[in-house]
Amino acid sequence: MEHGSFTNDSFASFTLAEEDHTLANAVRFMLNQDPRVTFAGYSIPHPSLECVNVRVQTTGDPAREVLKDACQELMLMNRHVRSVFDKAVSEFKVEQARLAAEEEKNRKAEEEELKKQRDLLASMDIESD
Amino acid sequence: MATKEGEGEVKKIVTEEEKTFAKNFNIMDLADIPTGLPPHLQLQRTRVLCKNDAPIHTASVVYSGAYNGVGVDNSVKLENFSENFKVDVIEISNDGMELTFDMIGIDAASYNVFFFVFTMQLPTMAFEKVFIANNTSIVQDEVLAQRMGLVPIAADPKLFEYLSENDQPNEKNTIVFKLHAKCAKGEGRKKVLTKELIWLPKGSELVKESGDPNSKPKTYTSVSRSQEESFPEFTDNPITPSYPDILIAKLGPGHEIELEAHAVKGIGKTHAKWLPVATAWYRMLPEVILLREVEDEDTERLVEACPEKVFDIEDMGNGRKRATVAWPRNCTLCRQCVRENYGEEVKIEGIQREKWIENVALRRVKNHFIFLLFAFLSVKIESTGSLPPDVLFTEAVKILEDKCERVIANLS
Repeated sequence: MEHGSFTNDSFASFTLAEEDHTLANAVRFMLNQDPRVTFAGYSIPHPSLECVNVRVQTTGDPAREVLKDACQELMLMNRHVRSVFDKAVSEFKVEQARLAAEEEKNRKAEEEELKKQRDLLASMDIESD
Repeated sequence: MATKEGEGEVKKIVTEEEKTFAKNFNIMDLADIPTGLPPHLQLQRTRVLCKNDAPIHTASVVYSGAYNGVGVDNSVKLENFSENFKVDVIEISNDGMELTFDMIGIDAASYNVFFFVFTMQLPTMAFEKVFIANNTSIVQDEVLAQRMGLVPIAADPKLFEYLSENDQPNEKNTIVFKLHAKCAKGEGRKKVLTKELIWLPKGSELVKESGDPNSKPKTYTSVSRSQEESFPEFTDNPITPSYPDILIAKLGPGHEIELEAHAVKGIGKTHAKWLPVATAWYRMLPEVILLREVEDEDTERLVEACPEKVFDIEDMGNGRKRATVAWPRNCTLCRQCVRENYGEEVKIEGIQREKWIENVALRRVKNHFIFLLFAFLSVKIESTGSLPPDVLFTEAVKILEDKCERVIANLS
């Protein structure tokens, strides 16, 4: 819901229903990063009502377009975060698996060595008998 | 320091930090054409300075035109963000349920969103309605029901639908469990654990009372197909609570509990029982800087002062020692290192006291967050019931994307 003026569409207040700080803070941040924006802020009229008011004032571009662009950028940023995170976690898991395999190998090699030594000692005992 | 009227000269107190800065400042080090922000502004922009009494510069400078006066653009364009953003996974526990990772290059506002969505908007399954047929234990009905609600259930919420007030509970939106525990007379006290909860795939067995004696007996759920058939994932893996050893109640001799519990899908915002994580917290990366060389006797005091072992002693040869910052990540901002007084004894205003020297600067890096997630879902990692933290994180980001799309659709 947009509350703006009919003559000048470069500033407007938007009411987002069923939203809270989760989306509003993120959108406010993205709006502030946009160089076309002179003022961007949000408020929650009452905590029991699930409703957020976002105020956008721009340097000439229609406020609605600027808000849409901010949401788009937020979405793209999220996608990027998701892909980077997934990649990092899978790489870490691969690295961990590799380290675990190496440790297994080292441990097995050590056990082999110990077994050989024990066999050697056992054979020496038999000889001494 | 008082000013004398008419003399026109005000005594300014110069801090030690400024003195060392002035001593080390070399005009030849500055670039020919200054690019970017001057170093003190950059410090204000990117670090939270944790002074002895309170942190300063905590708010992030968000406005894109904040530094227009010095000709620096403060906006974060998407390309720059994509290049600079990094995720470093520090640790994943053996059972996959604990995840620690770093996020570098993202602002607090954007980061907080993930945290919000992660804790409050991710759906899970939890008991909502508890039908108590018989309860002669000392645990009251309502207390028992509240405890049942907090039991985590290992079921993937994506397979189920939300149950609203007008819907009938059926196999697509409800999971039914039964509990019948008895302690016979003569036995000792008995513990009722979650492993005694039995899944009823065919729905509720409690019969609803209706006035008409001829109609077919109706139960509290209208299940058309057994959940074992409709969900192939559960055919051989029965749904169980996440951990089998959670204590629900204790029974004395002769006590009995018989109940049926229905679990539905919900989000953490409505009630904490639907939280997908046991712990999720984040903090900014601590940065500990030694402002001056801490040598010889003072090193011992500094290293002992820190309870988290952030500092370490480095031998410089000739028996001289120096303090270094070894593990800044462990810093919990207890500020013990800045509470101690170091330095020579001086006479200030006729009283002998130790001069206060700022040795350590405690800072937080604003764009670098350490995140710890500990999920509590299924013990069986192979089944669909388990949602490890990395999967949860991806889900959270998807939910955020949906929200943005909804706003865009509304605006168009």
